[in-house]
Amino acid sequence: MGLILAAAFLIGVCALAVLLWAMSSGQYDDPEGDAARILLDDDEE
Amino acid sequence: MDTLKHQTSDSVAGAAGLKRRERPAKDLTVELLVQGAHCANCIAKLEKGLSKFDDVRQVRFNLSTGKLTVRGDSLRPIALITRVEALGYKASPYKPSEAVSADEEGERFLLRCLAIAGFGVAFVVPLTDATQAVWLGVADMGPATRTIINWIVALIACPTSLIAARPFFRSALRGLSAGRANMDVPISLAIVLSLALSLYQSVLHSAETYYDAAVMLTFLLLIGRYLDLRVRRRASEAARQLVAMQAVMVRRIDADGVLQTIMAADIRPGDRIVLAAGERSPVDGTVESDGASIDTSLVTGESAPVSLARGQALHAGSIVLDRPLTLHATAAVENSLVADIARLIEAGQQIRSRYVRLADRAAAAYVPTVHITALAVFVAWWLFLHASFATSITNAIAVLIVTCPCALGLAAPAVQIVATGALFKRGIIVKSGDALERLAEADVAVFDKTGTLTTDRQELSNRNRLNEADVRDAALLARASRHPLAQAIARVAGAGPVADGIGEEEGAGLEATVGGETWRLGRADWVGGAIAEAASTTLWLRRGSNAPVCFQFEAPLRPDARETLSELAKRHISSQILSGDRSDAVAAIGNALGGVSWKSGVGPREKVDTLNALKAEGHHVLMVGDGINDAAALSLSHVSMSPASASDAAQSAADIVFNGASLSPVVASVDVARQSRRRVLENFAVATLYNLVAIPLAACGIVTPLIAAIAMASSSLIVTVNALRIFVPRAAH
Repeated sequence: MGLILAAAFLIGVCALAVLLWAMSSGQYDDPEGDAARILLDDDEE
Repeated sequence: MDTLKHQTSDSVAGAAGLKRRERPAKDLTVELLVQGAHCANCIAKLEKGLSKFDDVRQVRFNLSTGKLTVRGDSLRPIALITRVEALGYKASPYKPSEAVSADEEGERFLLRCLAIAGFGVAFVVPLTDATQAVWLGVADMGPATRTIINWIVALIACPTSLIAARPFFRSALRGLSAGRANMDVPISLAIVLSLALSLYQSVLHSAETYYDAAVMLTFLLLIGRYLDLRVRRRASEAARQLVAMQAVMVRRIDADGVLQTIMAADIRPGDRIVLAAGERSPVDGTVESDGASIDTSLVTGESAPVSLARGQALHAGSIVLDRPLTLHATAAVENSLVADIARLIEAGQQIRSRYVRLADRAAAAYVPTVHITALAVFVAWWLFLHASFATSITNAIAVLIVTCPCALGLAAPAVQIVATGALFKRGIIVKSGDALERLAEADVAVFDKTGTLTTDRQELSNRNRLNEADVRDAALLARASRHPLAQAIARVAGAGPVADGIGEEEGAGLEATVGGETWRLGRADWVGGAIAEAASTTLWLRRGSNAPVCFQFEAPLRPDARETLSELAKRHISSQILSGDRSDAVAAIGNALGGVSWKSGVGPREKVDTLNALKAEGHHVLMVGDGINDAAALSLSHVSMSPASASDAAQSAADIVFNGASLSPVVASVDVARQSRRRVLENFAVATLYNLVAIPLAACGIVTPLIAAIAMASSSLIVTVNALRIFVPRAAH
């Protein structure tokens, strides 16, 4: 029981940390643009 | 150019703030607002198109906000704008004010708190006693295990809710230090007290803990707070973008006679400016050349063009119709509104800012009620029922927890964000947070005529009295010109041939030799027409020695003007016309609209007086107008709208700006405003009903943590789903 709780807690903290990191590194700044950029062809110069 | 460069780069560097300090001084970040880019191709076009230049090191276009960020050495914003325009987009410099970046910071802070609270909810809720009873079965757990889990929950719940609830604590402290109890005081009390009570119970090894309630409260309330901030930020962002879009370029004649393109905001009194035909003057000034026709409809509401002589004054917002004109600026842009109008606008805005939003009115009633109830419950248990101090305080806290305004906090913002978002998709921009609430109360609509009920384009009006040959021959000349009246003839005639060797006499008309005769199309005095019908806008056509033919023009009604007024009448909003134009022109429009009451020749001050009179009769006035002469009335009315073609002053003064050639957005906005008002009131009703049930239960001490949690979540859910019911009518075409 204690082990499961500790594991769940650690996973949760990791997820929270990842979310906070993603927010501070600007990954939520332009959701529409990111959706459109995937259509762009980078190789063609 | 140099002074301009320094000025702009300083402000841009100020906006770039932090980023710039880390890099050498030459490195600059410039932000531009770009219009017309909506897809992946636009991103590629902008970014590739700009990164070709040597001074550009990095380009990034944000599709969500429409902002283009360019990094590079010694960038010149004006040069960048020219390059973006060469790519086919409209651009204007964007300088975020300090207030805006503070708002942005506030939004990030709220979002971070929301993430932490969400983490807390996801953890605490499955582990609390109530939930465990469902998925583990109480019987499986010995008291020792329960105690351990209880302490783990406490370990997670206390820090997460205390960290995540900082926005409420801050606001409550700010309110208290100003001597007022705002809505965040009971919220903060409920969170802190429920945690404290739960810790106390944990020490006593009791199962009655409220950790999940504290975490869920924080989470739900943060959602409401976040939505509210988004609505207000979107509104102020829309207002700022409108202002930024108005930053036009003008050509200034420098002392050495060289033409220099500068920002309109940098015009100083004494500058000489060249305005081409069709351009709108950004400043007040005196005219330095003779005879140009000027469209002053945005300034005075008068629809017929006036001809200005050298030395006469030209007001900002006037449009030069036929020939280039040199203007001697007498004021800078910000001082260019007629001082009287500017003062009236300011007075109007002060009056309007006294409006109290529905949510604030609800909170004002809510806060004292909750505090008094909780106190009464404590007193009742302790003094009258002789319960222990612990039981009395527990029940009082239970009241605070269950009444915590989750539904109330979500009720208005959820509706607002759905409504403004839906209107935005239809090209209707809501510029102030409470505009929809005020619009829902409107019962009288006052329309300006020129440019609002009518389009801003002149059309041929006496087509029926002209014969086919007249129109065909006039079009032979008219197709060669870019003059708005000539183009109106060309539109009526459709595509066709153009006469050879057409000469354009600036400010007079067109001349050509057709079949050996001299044909002229132009002003009455130049062509030789009678000036009897001087009241309306005319062009004359003379073929050789034949008698000249008169073409009359007027701005036609917007296609759905009549329909709009009758739709408004169905919604119990009566309409009137207030125009600065001549009485015959206004009367014609009034009749065409089915006998709407009208006033003509009304100046800015009289418009304000008329609105004040209506207000004194107890009416809530919706003002729809586009001119500088309407700006004061727009800011003073209960709520105001203006079309996107309106003057800068009108757009800044209006609450709502709509795009497109039709007036149907007025009706659509009224519908959405009334619907959202109904939804907000329904939401308040749900919240009140919930409290009416929950408070007696809590006061009696029978609200278990499970009941509190379910009640809180379900009332919030009902309120949110109700907000999503807002229906926005589609555009007719």
